[in-house]
Amino acid sequence: MLDIRNLHAKIEGKEILKGLSLKVNAGEVHAIMGPNGSGKSTLSKVLAGHPAYEVTSGEVKYEINFTMQNLLEFAPDVRAKEGIFLAFQYPVEVPGVTNFSFLQTAFNSVLQHQGSEPMSEGEFREFLYQKMKLVQMKPEYLDRAVNVGFSGGEKKRNEILQMAVLSPRLALLDETDSGLDIDALRIVAEGVNQLRSKQNAMVLVTHYQRLLEYIKPDFVHVLANGKIIQTGDASLALELDKKGYDWLL
Amino acid sequence: MSESYEYKYGFTTDIETEAFPKGLSEDIVRMISLKKNEPEWMLDYRLKSYRHWLTLTEPTWAHVSYPKIDFQALTYYAAPKEKKEKTSMDEIDPELVKTFERLGIPLSEQKRISGVAVDVVFDSVSIATTHHQELDEVGVIFCSISEALTKHPDLVKKHLGTVIPPSDNYYAALNGAVFSDGSFVYIPKGVRCPIDLSTYFRINAKETGQFERTLIIAEEDSFVNYLEGCTAPQRDENQLHAAVVELIAMENAEIKYSTVQNWYTGDKNGVGGIYNFVTKRGICKGKHSKISWTQVESGSAITWKYPSVILLGDYSEGAFYSVALTHDHMQADTGTKMIHIGKNTKSTIISKGISAGHSSNAYRGQVKIMASAENARNYSQCDSMLVGDKSSAHTFPYIEVKNKSATLEHEATTSRISEDQIFYLQSRGLNSEKAISMLVNGFCKEVFKQLPLEFSVEAVKLIEMKLENSVG
Repeated sequence: MLDIRNLHAKIEGKEILKGLSLKVNAGEVHAIMGPNGSGKSTLSKVLAGHPAYEVTSGEVKYEINFTMQNLLEFAPDVRAKEGIFLAFQYPVEVPGVTNFSFLQTAFNSVLQHQGSEPMSEGEFREFLYQKMKLVQMKPEYLDRAVNVGFSGGEKKRNEILQMAVLSPRLALLDETDSGLDIDALRIVAEGVNQLRSKQNAMVLVTHYQRLLEYIKPDFVHVLANGKIIQTGDASLALELDKKGYDWLL
Repeated sequence: MSESYEYKYGFTTDIETEAFPKGLSEDIVRMISLKKNEPEWMLDYRLKSYRHWLTLTEPTWAHVSYPKIDFQALTYYAAPKEKKEKTSMDEIDPELVKTFERLGIPLSEQKRISGVAVDVVFDSVSIATTHHQELDEVGVIFCSISEALTKHPDLVKKHLGTVIPPSDNYYAALNGAVFSDGSFVYIPKGVRCPIDLSTYFRINAKETGQFERTLIIAEEDSFVNYLEGCTAPQRDENQLHAAVVELIAMENAEIKYSTVQNWYTGDKNGVGGIYNFVTKRGICKGKHSKISWTQVESGSAITWKYPSVILLGDYSEGAFYSVALTHDHMQADTGTKMIHIGKNTKSTIISKGISAGHSSNAYRGQVKIMASAENARNYSQCDSMLVGDKSSAHTFPYIEVKNKSATLEHEATTSRISEDQIFYLQSRGLNSEKAISMLVNGFCKEVFKQLPLEFSVEAVKLIEMKLENSVG
């Protein structure tokens, strides 16, 4: 469903991605690992359409309505409505906006895009309670402002909850494990695992193999200096954990 | 890019106008008074104000800058020419009716907005007030201040200038000399005004100053919800709106005063626009009385305005809720004064400033607790939001406490609508307009919820529309 070919991208004049290629099919989970500054976060931001990043060459095709289309042509909100979800490394605070109204607005925007009627407030609330159980969120969470005063763990759980609500076809998880203690990591990982299916795909960007103990990837890629330099199965992550990245560079 | 999509009220009404010659002198003051058939004491009041004004110099302490105003280049009285005395709404000049329909204010009895009585002020005169009958039944007086001067001179004489005397400041003195029209509201004892009252101000004539004068009196145990709106045509010259608004609340009375200010702001380069130099003050005279000012300031080239409350009665309460938006080259210096005199008095200040483009937005507030104000309480919250990196926000809080039993809380924040915030919301499926509106609504929520529903919807739309062009 996703086909990236020879992608080059820069931010503030500095080239970060230097010819990255990656194919992701439905049902697959890909882990992208690599040293600091290798371009891992850039990749997820470029795919989601962050305006600060400029694609200078290469192409990104994504399946929309059963045909592969040029993803880079679409605005970030259209990409989201077409099933791409980015779980942020640093989720942003939105003061004065409750989680409930935020989630409802987001959910209804997607429904509207698909040509469906918006869900009633009552129905949506029920739907939300089910999803909140996945990441062990309490009801009072809904009245709090989005990410305001949230602990690091709560912010990451909130990202997974948003993902559960929007049920994306392609989820990009950017360092979702960073800053989590072991309990929070387990909650987040369980949430993610329950959202895995044959129809959707996930790309996990991570520093550590720790997350991969909980979420088993089908492929592990090593990203260094803006390119994928090695691809393997889950065992590659273990090897990296022991030996570091130097032997590959 | 056309300008009109940004400011849809920028049109001019082509109507025959009767105007005084430009310039200000004792003769002009006398002419205004004569034109309005005012009682002798009113003329004296005007002349005293004028003579006092001559001794004053223009204040310069506000955080705004503009070329010196030439007061001799302004016209102090302009009014649509009337052919004869009108006896009903249907006799108003059709041009004016059309103008107000375009502004969303239907004047004819059939089309009037239900539940809100409207007084409309066009340049220097009030041209219509609706819903007379409904208000007469409960004894509420709602008319133009000119009409009040002829029909209820004693009430006006008793209260006019008691909250803001002409000696108060430069523009109050000027207003005292040349004020032309505005609204007069009198709510008798024990009456809850059955409908909301509203005044709509429109400046049409060129190079004309509008000197609004509004006076609201709420007797014991009464209540009134008052709304104010304003627009002006797009012109390259600056126009002056120097208003004085006085509110008086007796024991147990409550006055809620809301403004959505949308004067012409000037163009993208800062040419033209209204100078909005306004003195607004209320006095909580009786025990347990309440006054609240809610304002959405989204227009004017320069805004200089501090709606204030004097808390004289014990247990009285004052509140100020404000959203001030500046964009392009606008400048705003706005805030409030809360003067605590009575015991157990309480005040709340919630100020939200949004600055975009090259604009400058300042909050200036004073909380004064006098020695007599045992157990006074104040809560102030002043938040600023910056859009883009060329705008600025300033906060000037002044606190003066002369009684140790006072409790004061002050919070202030400055934040920036960032590309990251918008991107975050977009990545959840909200388009950029929805994203911005969600961010701004979240920021202004505490103020918007103070407004009556239709007003709040209008305010939200207004702010969204103005910000759409300012965020990347």
